[in-house]
Amino acid sequence: MRNTTKLTLRVPVPKHRPGDKPDFSGLAIPEPGDARRPEIDSTARDMADLAFTLVRVLDAKGHASGPWKPNLDAETMRRGLKAMLLTRAFDDRMFRAQRQGKTSFYMKSTGEEAVSVAQAYALDRNDMCFTSYRQQGILIARGYPLVDMMNQIYSNARDPLKGRQLPIMYSSKANGFFTISGNLGTQFPQAVGWAMASAYKGDDRIAASWVGDGTTAEGDFHYGCTFASVYRAPVILNIVNNQWAISSFSGIAGGDESTFASRGIGYGLPALRVDGNDFLAVYAATQWAAERARSNLGATLIEHFTYRAEGHSTSDDPSRYRPSDEAKAWPLGDPVERLKQHLIVLGEWSEEQHEAAGKEALEQVNAANKEAMAYGTLGENKLPSASTMFEDVFKEMPEHLRRQRQQAGV
Amino acid sequence: MATMNMIQALNSALDVMMAKDANVLSFGEDAGYFGGVFRVTDGLQKKHGLTRSFDAPIAEGGLVAVAIGMGAYGLRPVVEVQFADYIYPGFDQIVSEAARIRYRSAGDFTVPITIRTPYGGGIFGGQTHSQSPEALFAHVAGIKTVIPSTPYDAKGLLIAAIEDDDPVIFLEPKRIYNGPFNGHHDQPVQAWSKFKESDVPDGHYVIPLGKAAVARGGKDITIVAYGTMVHVAKAAAEESGIDAEVVDIRTIVPLDIDTIAASVKKTGRCVILHEATRTSGFGAEIAAQVQETCFYHLEAPIERVTGWDTPYPHAFEWQYFPGPARVIEAMRRAMEG
Repeated sequence: MRNTTKLTLRVPVPKHRPGDKPDFSGLAIPEPGDARRPEIDSTARDMADLAFTLVRVLDAKGHASGPWKPNLDAETMRRGLKAMLLTRAFDDRMFRAQRQGKTSFYMKSTGEEAVSVAQAYALDRNDMCFTSYRQQGILIARGYPLVDMMNQIYSNARDPLKGRQLPIMYSSKANGFFTISGNLGTQFPQAVGWAMASAYKGDDRIAASWVGDGTTAEGDFHYGCTFASVYRAPVILNIVNNQWAISSFSGIAGGDESTFASRGIGYGLPALRVDGNDFLAVYAATQWAAERARSNLGATLIEHFTYRAEGHSTSDDPSRYRPSDEAKAWPLGDPVERLKQHLIVLGEWSEEQHEAAGKEALEQVNAANKEAMAYGTLGENKLPSASTMFEDVFKEMPEHLRRQRQQAGV
Repeated sequence: MATMNMIQALNSALDVMMAKDANVLSFGEDAGYFGGVFRVTDGLQKKHGLTRSFDAPIAEGGLVAVAIGMGAYGLRPVVEVQFADYIYPGFDQIVSEAARIRYRSAGDFTVPITIRTPYGGGIFGGQTHSQSPEALFAHVAGIKTVIPSTPYDAKGLLIAAIEDDDPVIFLEPKRIYNGPFNGHHDQPVQAWSKFKESDVPDGHYVIPLGKAAVARGGKDITIVAYGTMVHVAKAAAEESGIDAEVVDIRTIVPLDIDTIAASVKKTGRCVILHEATRTSGFGAEIAAQVQETCFYHLEAPIERVTGWDTPYPHAFEWQYFPGPARVIEAMRRAMEG
């Protein structure tokens, strides 16, 4: 018998829209210790369960437990906390700079600082990071000068990228930070290529790349996973699932049907799904994947389950598509608060120290900003020399560009 | 010195570069063990090893992206895209990434990669094995585009492309892989071995990118062509009895307008020839530049002989392909103008 049911088209919609009360009570949140820690030579199939749970270390009260608990000393955790505070202060200051007309654009990473900072700590300094646009915490954790980041954001006379790139599209080979594209996902398979090259040369450096939940829909995501699997590339492939791709909730990228981590299983890539607001869990998962990559066992796909606490960028107003208090309702809390709480529980930190560290971060940011502003801002039109516009198109300037530069009179 | 067809010359270029530089490696669909559907990478895996010449998944976007990552690391990968018609999934990686990485990073990262791909018609390949997409690449700032027309040039240009520190699209005119093609499809194919351009040195040599060549000297009219059409142009010159100079531009970008202009200033007439569709084809750019540089020397309007503005029609290949008859017609118009 032929089924006579009329076909219907399904378009996924988020649970809450502006005006609704955000409610995450339906979200299954395993306790620390629930997710097992497999051997690094496990196959994707053998550890498939880890793509559907959450690797967690810190509980709601700030206690660390379970097999994923990394043996991090208090000093390293304090440094991690300070790097997250610095990232947050930097974001706040640069967001304001855009509102003050000093630059054209900015993107904050508020709520997602653990993903970049903890990963920077778990990777070696020489490992190459092919990031998306919300991993500024890596540069900050690696000690890249804030003033150079600001010079880039202000497109001023000291902009390391000579005024060619949209603000925040940093590049620093010396700090293992690949030039940010702005086209989504293109860096994912490039990181795999870099990792293949490292393996080809018998090097010991690995690569890591980041995309958002939305970008998993791009072909580049598929290319990256396929090549990483086929050539067992020493690379860590990260999906930062912050629930929102501008105004589209993760269901529009297929997140309602399965976890993003589970995408890895079909490629034969071991997959981990991690509490992205848990500094220690992110660190532990990254360390696991890095050890695996360095042992010639290949790539790992990690989904960092987190929440984009603010707008997509300075051009975005999230209150138009999601409840304005949704960030506050996020059940996995705030990465800064959670690591702070953990250190306090350990007796290694205090409210006073935290306040002082916040102040210090602010002062650092303000001092850097003062210096960067002295070199100029886009808003006041203090730019690098326009004659540099024709350089670096090619290694050597061909005749037609020489003639065009002459015509432009710069 | 050896006698080589274009496939052997390209193979020799890869072989020489892989022997010379451990950072050179080659990969692509069917390009490893099997040696490529046109055999250009034949024997490289056996000679240089599995990790230096290998098979890749059917994902042109992935091929180009992986090459970019390798280039950023410091290697000089050579990617084979099986047909230029298949390159479009890799287009974003070429246009938005490879072409811009040096610029957007202010020289912090570079992409010394070569993307080899057979292009062009005349083989009854239909829409998906016949296209000439060179103008699409020419329009993108930051990549070089190269098209050889002889075995000798093919080897020297491919070596130059691999040694170049910027990304190069290397389009191989597949119709003339085995022998030159003058556009007379009803005549038997002649092997490269009958022509002096098949004398190819065994070792390393370079033909610099961005330098055109005069493929045939003449004084009455200039024909500007590249790839397969260089041979059609030469045939048209012989058959028309018009003493035409044929300029083979060899590199689409950067274009050697000085060599073209010198010839047009001498002859006062110009016909531009390509297989690709006419509208916004690279001939339009050449025509504009000839007009800018040679206006007061021109005795007649610049003529373009090109493929028609249709998809490549399988059964009507010879009505589509700009053969000698159409070239001679244009030459006569230009001579009368």
